[in-house]
Amino acid sequence: MSGGRVIIIGAGQGGLQAAMSLRQEGHSGPITLIGGEPGLPYQRPPLSKAFLKTGEADKLALRPESFFATKDITLRTGEWVDAIDREAGVVRIGAETLPFDHLILATGTRNLRPALPGVDRALDLRTLGDAAALRAALDRPRKVAVIGGGFIGLEFAAVAAGLGHEVSVAEAAPRLMARAVSPEMSRRFRDLHEALGTALHLGNGVTEVTETGLTLADGTEVAGDLVLLAAGVRPNTELAEAAGLEIANGIAVDAELRTRDPRIFALGDCAAFPEAGSGRRIRLESVQAATDHARAIAKTIVTGTASPYAAVPWFWSDQSDLKLQIAGLADPTDDSVTLEDGAVLRFRDGRLTAVETINNAKIHMKARRLLAADPVPTRDSLLQRNYDLTAA
Amino acid sequence: MVKVTYVAHDGTRTELEGDPGDSVMSLAIANGLDGIVGECGGSMMCATCHCYVDEDWQAATGARMDGEEDMLESAVCEVTERSRLSCQITLSEALDGLVVHLPEEQV
Repeated sequence: MSGGRVIIIGAGQGGLQAAMSLRQEGHSGPITLIGGEPGLPYQRPPLSKAFLKTGEADKLALRPESFFATKDITLRTGEWVDAIDREAGVVRIGAETLPFDHLILATGTRNLRPALPGVDRALDLRTLGDAAALRAALDRPRKVAVIGGGFIGLEFAAVAAGLGHEVSVAEAAPRLMARAVSPEMSRRFRDLHEALGTALHLGNGVTEVTETGLTLADGTEVAGDLVLLAAGVRPNTELAEAAGLEIANGIAVDAELRTRDPRIFALGDCAAFPEAGSGRRIRLESVQAATDHARAIAKTIVTGTASPYAAVPWFWSDQSDLKLQIAGLADPTDDSVTLEDGAVLRFRDGRLTAVETINNAKIHMKARRLLAADPVPTRDSLLQRNYDLTAA
Repeated sequence: MVKVTYVAHDGTRTELEGDPGDSVMSLAIANGLDGIVGECGGSMMCATCHCYVDEDWQAATGARMDGEEDMLESAVCEVTERSRLSCQITLSEALDGLVVHLPEEQV
């Protein structure tokens, strides 16, 4: 059993998981979970997928209100922390001070809003409120213009096109989801969206949001009476930075997910942590990282012993009838080998880094296990099996 | 309403009532039941809502969905022929009275 007061800043899926895991591990001290958004902690992934179709907000809550009393977790939502005072060991909300023995930063990200003329006309898709507003706006035929060809923009585009709206996507990079998937997979999804009737403008960034839509870098005018801004996110690091913690594309933590202050941890989308194996600092935007980080931190706090965090990352995206699953983490420049069924294996320095599959849970799960192995399979060893992962 | 009984690993029985269309996973989550995690929210990306369908209900709940078997391979507790991902069992009037057993661990 461990005591001590734990404060968690950020009541998204990672923050909530940290609170739940602390109790599960046997933490007996007070736990306070503070979130800026109103209402119960909820799932974000469906906001750009099922929720846009169903509008069932009550299905998004991660746990019911009664759960927090049962687990003796103090939930304070709709409140923003003003400062972390490390010297005093307190968190400040207005004039109130909340002392902590352990502090977990789960502050997540916020949407990047590039300084484009007219960008205020563009809507976001990050919070439940955002998604509800978008859903309401799709109640009549629309010309939808999406800024950004990443996961969120494309998931929204697929839903909007499926509902019969006229959809365009503008992406500054020459291919879709360029940061996350191989060129081969980008092409597959370009084909999908074009088949859905969506106009794709690639390698053609937006220079202005106008009264009638978008103006692109090459002068093209894209019609849009509903503009979605989905141009990526930035980590919420301001509280940590003001408290003197190191920031490096996120709140910098070590392999135990601790900041330089041993009482303070960071998790999920806001945390820049050392990748197992390479040791380079990475920051992941995924449910998997948020919840796996949370469980690791809870274990460290309760047991006092920690092992380096080494979970294999995984991601998914639902676009029309394609479910993209990614196991592992590739660089955009990693080599690609495309298999007959469309799966793409990624390699760097002769070792497997990631596997991208479509509607193929079997290979995805096999890939997660292979990537968790030490050492990770080499390209040569997989080639000998004709890249049949199920035989590896 | 569709009644579902969840039998925890220690034998504790919890009866919940859901609507047709709910999943066995979402009903448990909505009621804060321990023993089902449902980390991916029913997207079949994890195996943290593993359950064992009671023998008497195996026929009524039907066969595993496409891909479910592959995800079950990563369940932390033993997978048997009665194993299902509870997110893939959709409640209907025909399942009123359903009994599922929960594994010791999900993660």
